[in-house]
Amino acid sequence: MKVSALLATPSELTDTASSKCAVVLMTRIRLARNLAGQPFPGWCREAQREEVLARCREALAASAPMKRSVNSAVGELSELERQILVERHLISRELAGTKHAAGLVINRDQTVSVMINEEDHLRIQVLRAGFQLKKAWTQIDGLDTELEERLDYAFDPAFGYLTACPTNLGTGMRASAMMHLPALVISSQMEKVVRAVNQLGMVVRGLFGEGSDASGSIFQISNQTTLGESEEAILKRLGSVLQSIVEHELNAREKLLEADASKLFDKIGRAYGILQNCHQLSSSEAMNLLSLLRLGIDLGLFPEPTRALTDRLFIEAQPGHIQVAAKNDLEPAHRDALRAERIRQEFANVARPDFSLHPKT
Amino acid sequence: MPSSLKCDLCGKPATVHLTQIVNGKMHKVDLCEACAQAKGVTDPGGFSLADLLLKASLNPEAVGAESSVAAQGAACPACGFTPSDFKKQGRFGCPRCYQTFAGMVAPMLENMHKGVRHAGKIPEKALRRRSLVERVAELEAALAESIKTERYEDAARLRDELARARREAADPGGNAEPELGTSPAAPRR
Repeated sequence: MKVSALLATPSELTDTASSKCAVVLMTRIRLARNLAGQPFPGWCREAQREEVLARCREALAASAPMKRSVNSAVGELSELERQILVERHLISRELAGTKHAAGLVINRDQTVSVMINEEDHLRIQVLRAGFQLKKAWTQIDGLDTELEERLDYAFDPAFGYLTACPTNLGTGMRASAMMHLPALVISSQMEKVVRAVNQLGMVVRGLFGEGSDASGSIFQISNQTTLGESEEAILKRLGSVLQSIVEHELNAREKLLEADASKLFDKIGRAYGILQNCHQLSSSEAMNLLSLLRLGIDLGLFPEPTRALTDRLFIEAQPGHIQVAAKNDLEPAHRDALRAERIRQEFANVARPDFSLHPKT
Repeated sequence: MPSSLKCDLCGKPATVHLTQIVNGKMHKVDLCEACAQAKGVTDPGGFSLADLLLKASLNPEAVGAESSVAAQGAACPACGFTPSDFKKQGRFGCPRCYQTFAGMVAPMLENMHKGVRHAGKIPEKALRRRSLVERVAELEAALAESIKTERYEDAARLRDELARARREAADPGGNAEPELGTSPAAPRR
């Protein structure tokens, strides 16, 4: 299977009907694994990297869950294809930018992606729409166990799975949720939340991981520690932190409605107006407008089917996806025009917001 | 005396003091204005205290002499990695490094994680397979030794055991059909 075919196939993130959760957009779990007796990718000679790449690709190709996958060296992909995979959260920016022997294996519905020779020999990831920690763990645990039949993992009884960076030792597991927290952002509570979450041993990042900004009020929250606890214990702890963030966000929404609903509705109404009529739209403005629209859906101002549309556009309004739709290289300004055109069309038939459910205004 | 605190990253006077409590253990990081900005500590987009602690623990001037085990030491026999490489990269060279530099790793982990011992999943199949491979190697050595010292009775016994171990190593699950024509396996000693 080719990457181009993959992009045309329905995927968990862009075509799922199951993203009904108001606050958690998606759940991800990744496992860091390395082969015994081989230097980590950052300390490998090129020939060793090639060998690791070949062995891992072969083992993945032979595993049942990864049948009919894209199984490719990074070098075989165009720059644009790599960018699109980054925008779909299937590979990291680091892997996309590497000049060394590295690879990726992604299954058909794009719930599983495996990076080879990123920071570790293997970075296995499962991605699920909505709040699905348990389901994601069951899926990734199964694949990991199957790979273990063909690959000798570097493991130590005391340190657990051995990883290039000691911050990943033990389980090698990072579980995260992508959360949409517009009300906490509007009411300036995010800093407080970040601090509290940090104190509970969890980390908050922007949409595309470390160092990225939180456009569209989307944040990633994940476990910080990996050693000294079982996977189940980490997931349980993370799950309860996420649950309490969801509650805080919903409370903040209530408060915004009580305090000044017209201010909030003004933002949402304007966002709708721009999405339906814009002719120039940058990707960060698009993210922020879509974020407000999604909040409007949660508040019942727009019909439920609009949710799948906004969730899909969160991904498809990204630069690489716009570029691919244009089928040739674009200047950023031209890209903004194309993005606007695309979004205008998508929103042409979305009904006006119905504010009557909230009679206070 | 707050004025005496130095930035854990660059050693300038620290004005930002962070405390995190993980599992009842308190972790502190002191930073100057510039490093705090650079690390996004003030930015709700988030920062990772673990990263800061890791980097701080690699800066011996700022943290004190005890963690400068990283100072000068032997290279990893498997991959040639040295403690100063770790200081530069914050990553190790190969799985064996964790054994080579165990003395350096242990104090780091206390600040970094909830515990210092793995409590999660174990790759049982891989470990079982590895122990079978090791057993084959052991038996091969014993067989060679018994032939060399002309202990032929032992050699015959070891040869049978080796054949069995090889079969098992090739098929750790034991799903394969028993081979025809071989004598039934002798009971395990």
